[in-house]
Amino acid sequence: MEARSDTGRDDNLPLIVIEGPGAAWDLRWHELWHYRELVYFLTWRDIKVRYKQTILGVAWAVIQPLFIALTLSLFLGKLAKVPSDGVPYPVFAYSAMVLWQLFAHALTEASNSLVGNERLITKVYFPRLVIPMSAVLGGLVDIVFAFCVLIPFLAFYRIVPTAAALMVPFFILLTVLIAFGVGLWLSALNVQYRDVRYTIGFLVQFWFLATPVAYPTSVVPQRWQALYGLNPMVGVIEGFRWALLGTGQAPGHLLAVSVAAAAVILGSGLYYFRRVEATFADVI
Amino acid sequence: MSLAIRCEGIGKRYRMGQQQGYRTLRDTIADTLRAPFRRLRAAFRPRASSGTDGPAFLWALKDISLEIPQGEVLGVIGRNGAGKSTLLKILSRITTPTEGRAEIRGRTGALLEVGTGFHPELTGRENIYLNGAILGMTRREIERKFDEIVEFSECGRFLDTVVKHYSSGMYMRLAFAVAAHLETEILFVDEVLAVGDAPFQKKCLGKMGEAAHQGRTVLFVSHNLLAVDSLCTRAVCLHEGKIVLEGPPKQVTSQYLQKWIPVSTEVVYENVDNAPGNEMVRLRRACVHPVNGSPSDPITVRTPFVVEFEYWKLVSHVSVDLDVLVYNESGVLLFNTAWWGRPPAPTGLLRSWFLVPGDLLNNGTHQIKLYVYLGGNSPDVFHSEDLLVFDVRDAASDLRGMFHGQWEGVIRPNFEWTTERVDASRGPVVLSEANT
Repeated sequence: MEARSDTGRDDNLPLIVIEGPGAAWDLRWHELWHYRELVYFLTWRDIKVRYKQTILGVAWAVIQPLFIALTLSLFLGKLAKVPSDGVPYPVFAYSAMVLWQLFAHALTEASNSLVGNERLITKVYFPRLVIPMSAVLGGLVDIVFAFCVLIPFLAFYRIVPTAAALMVPFFILLTVLIAFGVGLWLSALNVQYRDVRYTIGFLVQFWFLATPVAYPTSVVPQRWQALYGLNPMVGVIEGFRWALLGTGQAPGHLLAVSVAAAAVILGSGLYYFRRVEATFADVI
Repeated sequence: MSLAIRCEGIGKRYRMGQQQGYRTLRDTIADTLRAPFRRLRAAFRPRASSGTDGPAFLWALKDISLEIPQGEVLGVIGRNGAGKSTLLKILSRITTPTEGRAEIRGRTGALLEVGTGFHPELTGRENIYLNGAILGMTRREIERKFDEIVEFSECGRFLDTVVKHYSSGMYMRLAFAVAAHLETEILFVDEVLAVGDAPFQKKCLGKMGEAAHQGRTVLFVSHNLLAVDSLCTRAVCLHEGKIVLEGPPKQVTSQYLQKWIPVSTEVVYENVDNAPGNEMVRLRRACVHPVNGSPSDPITVRTPFVVEFEYWKLVSHVSVDLDVLVYNESGVLLFNTAWWGRPPAPTGLLRSWFLVPGDLLNNGTHQIKLYVYLGGNSPDVFHSEDLLVFDVRDAASDLRGMFHGQWEGVIRPNFEWTTERVDASRGPVVLSEANT
């Protein structure tokens, strides 16, 4: 299927050609650009609806990571004496938790997004990428609120960000891209196989444990580090903490692995998504 | 005049069961494991399993070629499952064709459902913007038409109320108002006019007519044959995925009525697991039969008859609401009756029925549409477009004097007439009493 404008007859009306499924590598960015307002409205809808009829509203965006971080501080920091790279454990855990929450939220929302918008998919045409895209973007508002608490939190522990803090947006971007890439795979698979729905919660928990949120990378034995580093979120979380708290060293090869893995996940996710999207309306 | 839409040999094939549900990973793994064996077998019996046209596939559309000039309002009619909606979905790019090709010149808008993307937790104002964007309008376009949309919807006072508190009528009006202001050169419309009360339907039909007068191209799928007759400039009839009739609307609709509406006075779903419904209620059987007769017995204009539904009620705590609409062959809604708002019945196989008295319906084919709700909540658990189709025959004994022709009107009640002398001299004398 393709849509192209041509300047033929009839007052330059656009010509739409309908055929079988088109090439998967053609991402049709111009069409996506045309639908940018839909991305905006769907994102806005998700944000607006998420906290309707709640008492605490957006405070939930802060409460969740904060309480998890406090629990971790008590059990892992205080009782199990997990090391925390030279900063107080609560700061160590909470800062990573803020980014992890963004990741987990974006991943979960994106994966369920297509199935959750079944009616739209079977009744209206638009580039299907719009749906997981706006699901991921909807989570970005939460991190803004989380930062509103994180900054006083840092001040309380007298941690002054250095120039490295300018890298923070980069790590947020990387997190969003990885979540989006995985979300593309899972949302498209979810349309075909509802097994995915049950896998997501499990996957997020597993991934949480395999990522240095509650513990530093340094506790992982040297010979496992290479394998461990294949998890793209390792480099991202380590880098984020380095940028914000000045812990450890500037992430070098770990970050390179993260960027490469993110590129592979995102690229393959886009390819797979485009390849199967023509069948969404028939299968969902 | 130049063409707005040209289809060449469009076909759409579904794998059986593909539309009904999704696959589980286990099925795919099993299929993958079996595939090599299948291929091996195919190698030995090359002709037996070329596969693609085997019983596992269904052509929802086959070899559809159509040319629609700009400004034409084309009506598409046909039974459920004839492929009307599939055609609309292909042309509006919701799904892709398996074969063939179509060219469309102009921006398209699809109204396959009223209120697609409406969110119950958002206000009327917010939903106008959201729904507009989903239908393909830009924000500036929506802003420009905002007042017009609000006025058309007659919901101005409730603009900042969350739509879940709207009555269903208000909801439909607002939703249609947004859709009606979609200004694309080509419009695909599916049955949206079948909603709302009579004045609102009239308003919607008016809006459709307006679109046609503005020289826009409209593809209109409907069960409402009267609407097709009055709005369309041409009509096609689909049957089993193929175009079987084509021409002026009047001609197509009348031929369609004669040929393509088979009667089905009874449907039975033996298997609880895949009968229409969900885990709380499932339909088992629906039928229409004369009082003291069976579904195969004829119904005449004189015969009182029963419309009956059997369903499994699988949970006890909610009530099951049945909403029944009866249409005549032109698609005019004759009446709406419901089993509604009663305390929850116990679980088990239940039967609900109502009696339609004789001397009510006119002769002709009638269709019954059923909506099933739980505890008064929308949306419906399921609905069946033409669940039952039955014929009401002219009664042989019903000569009504010397008249043998068709009685006009959508219903045919048999009122009691009286004629009497009212000359003052002899006082009133009843001359005759008769039913006609």
